Amino acid sequence: MTQEAAIRVDDLSKIFTLHNQGATSIGVFEALKLEVMPGECVVLAGESGVGKSTLMRTIYGNYLPTSGGVYVSHDGVPVDITKAPPHQVLEIRRRTLGYVSQFLRVIPRVSTLDLVVEPLLENGVELEEARERAITLLQALRLPEAHWELPPSTFSGGEQQRVNIARSFIREYPVLLLDEPTASLDAANRAIVVELINAALAKGAAMVGIFHDHDVRDAVATRLFNVSEYKAAA
Amino acid sequence: MTDILDRPASTNSDGRAEPLLRVSHLTKYYGHVAGCLDISFEMRPGEVLGIVGESGSGKTTLLNCISGKLAPTSGSIAFNSRRHGLVDIYDLSEPDRRRMQREDWGFVHQNPRDGLRMRVSGGANVAEPLMNLGRRHYGDMRQATMDWLSRVELDLGRVDDKPRNFSGGMQQRIQIARNLIHNPRLVFMDEPTGGLDVSVQARLLDLLRELVRDLGLAAIIVTHDMAVARLMADRLMVMKGGHVVETGLADQVLDDPQHPYTQLLVSSVLQI
Repeated sequence: MTQEAAIRVDDLSKIFTLHNQGATSIGVFEALKLEVMPGECVVLAGESGVGKSTLMRTIYGNYLPTSGGVYVSHDGVPVDITKAPPHQVLEIRRRTLGYVSQFLRVIPRVSTLDLVVEPLLENGVELEEARERAITLLQALRLPEAHWELPPSTFSGGEQQRVNIARSFIREYPVLLLDEPTASLDAANRAIVVELINAALAKGAAMVGIFHDHDVRDAVATRLFNVSEYKAAA
Repeated sequence: MTDILDRPASTNSDGRAEPLLRVSHLTKYYGHVAGCLDISFEMRPGEVLGIVGESGSGKTTLLNCISGKLAPTSGSIAFNSRRHGLVDIYDLSEPDRRRMQREDWGFVHQNPRDGLRMRVSGGANVAEPLMNLGRRHYGDMRQATMDWLSRVELDLGRVDDKPRNFSGGMQQRIQIARNLIHNPRLVFMDEPTGGLDVSVQARLLDLLRELVRDLGLAAIIVTHDMAVARLMADRLMVMKGGHVVETGLADQVLDDPQHPYTQLLVSSVLQI
């Protein structure tokens, strides 16, 4: 193999220990291995509770694995995000690794446009250009112009979801994690998001996704990855 | 329980950057009662550290030791000051330490009355740190004060009102302006939104978040409010009984807490 993997999950195990419930241990997966190359969209499969979201959050550095590592190619160098110091994890998230969740974590009072522009400003793009790109994207996602200056806390689920998607796709992250980004969207909007995903893949982004909607999954997946094969022994 | 659950050694990946702050084995006893015990950590420029834990866990003792208000029983606190470089703040002479505090630090108290001078106007409160640094050009200082008052979204027409005539949230804005006007390298915040009602709190947090990002400020925020910690901090330290029991990336500590006490703390937050 000549090309470096964008994500390499190496012998990853995760056991949740609930200290305040009599130290109950819940094993999720063990010795999990996964490689994702640029241009690939790996869709996580397996029924509910099998650990798809846990895997995704561990790749993002949000959950701490019990053992193993997650190497994310950051500026061409694989960095183990599970062992990197906090400032480096934040730097990787700022420039390399994006995450689209099902929910928008709203910051009170900040307008939609400012929210979408933020990832660009953090990366040193000029305000003028950032606003133009944000407007183009919001238009593509068909979010009514009247909404742009409002904070999204009062928006409908689907509208918030689209703000969330705009915020993540505006940066053109080399590595993107998608946790049901189309969950609360109607068919027309789903199709737009599929287009965005495919355009990013064509540009060489690497993705890991969870999609319960089979049409979306079939439209974007380059392969399926069955998390239940690595199920931790009970 | 003294085991610290830390993310693996935070080596400087670039190897060269000196830390802004280096706390080593800091311990403070009040008589035979422990305030905080054997605490070590480093901070980088621009980093926002949250210190969380319940009342009596040692958060405020730690903050007071680091900010030069309370000499520790043992251990050292080194700060990278503009004038002296990386030095132990308690090795400096009293006047040097006070000057460093004026030049390089800000301290936002929970209660604005502790951080403001109530007998002089809001504007004078904001301008005073500049006077303390020896600035004497009245017009420049007035201009800087006006700039800061508008940055913290205060009505410029009220620049000459006394702090007691402002609401709690506005007093807190004055205090923030007063602590940022001199361009500090490190700002300490002790429950900065603690005494405010929720709507005022949200706006103030948003303002603080913006200022910290725009100015690239390093800040240490002590709070018992997990939502404040999530919104503001890059990194968290969880304290209990004077010890740091867990530390790491803020969202990781909150979403996947490892230590029994952190799990209890996070699961005790009321959902709305």
